[in-house]
Amino acid sequence: MHIPDGFFEPGMAAAGAVVAAGGVAVCVARSRDSLGERQVPLAGLTAAFIFAVQMVNFPVAAGTSGHLFGGVLAAVLVGPWTGALCIAVVLMVQALFADGGLTALGLNIIDIGLITALGGYVVFAGLRSILGRKEQAIVAASAIAAFVSVLLAAAVFSLQYAIGGAGGASAGTVAASMMGVHTLIGIGEAIITALTVGAVIASRPDLVYGMGGAERRAPEVAGTGAVA
Amino acid sequence: MGISRTSGVLVVGLVVALVIGGVISGFAADSPDGLERVAEDEGFDETAEDHAFGDLPVADYGIEAIDNDRLSVGIAGVLGVLVTFALGTGVFLLVRALGRSDGADDTDAPRHRSGDREPAP
Repeated sequence: MHIPDGFFEPGMAAAGAVVAAGGVAVCVARSRDSLGERQVPLAGLTAAFIFAVQMVNFPVAAGTSGHLFGGVLAAVLVGPWTGALCIAVVLMVQALFADGGLTALGLNIIDIGLITALGGYVVFAGLRSILGRKEQAIVAASAIAAFVSVLLAAAVFSLQYAIGGAGGASAGTVAASMMGVHTLIGIGEAIITALTVGAVIASRPDLVYGMGGAERRAPEVAGTGAVA
Repeated sequence: MGISRTSGVLVVGLVVALVIGGVISGFAADSPDGLERVAEDEGFDETAEDHAFGDLPVADYGIEAIDNDRLSVGIAGVLGVLVTFALGTGVFLLVRALGRSDGADDTDAPRHRSGDREPAP
């Protein structure tokens, strides 16, 4: 379940929409010159894949489940800016299925897309500079960044709720509960991210943005099947 | 080793996504997720408003007319995966067109294959 309409005061939802629109505009500006002919359908595929995986909730505690957020996964595969846009696309389709409110779409895009893909990628890049660029290091960095990204998202939600949440719940209790459950969900995020990144690296490492190499040098040559 | 053509990657990736959305989704945990659970426990779940699209036949990832839960969510999953792929590809085509129509320097973008159309003026 994403944030439904009504959880936040109208002003907060509107502010979220404005910030999300600005964030999406920045992502478009930053990704538009690096989307090659081949990357376009691959980015579409990344969004489709994340939509699918987000349908598969996993249990994290008695009576509670979690689902993939996917921001770091998308960012490591197609880059942070394009990755954030992938999540935004997923959220828009999910809204058609009544998953995630319409006035709340901005807040969902911020928490599930911008914070995780952009913030998570900063963590990933930092870890990569420590751990190196070998395949196992990239997988490990992706997993840890994915875990952290979920905590970041929960923290940002808690802050948003403290500022503009509807209903009378105590902001402190909400924050503690959200951080607690998302620590567990973050573990699931890390595992799914590691498995997916690992699988793509094993078959086509040149397609993984986070590997940071051949993909951006001569992608069209590689795309024709010729040895780069 | 691996899949040599991008089209191969797309096919395999889409098949995987369709299997996950169309089959695996039927076995997903159905307990409330973290946010929903916290909302219930802290009592602010009742602030949730009805969704504008809540009456559509695909609301909540199910096909209204289909009784079998797994089949219902599976078909919704297949639909969602295809729509997301189409919408995503369309969005990124647009984003790419925005980049090139600005006369952006193409040295960082991949070289054109022959037959690649120029963007419309």
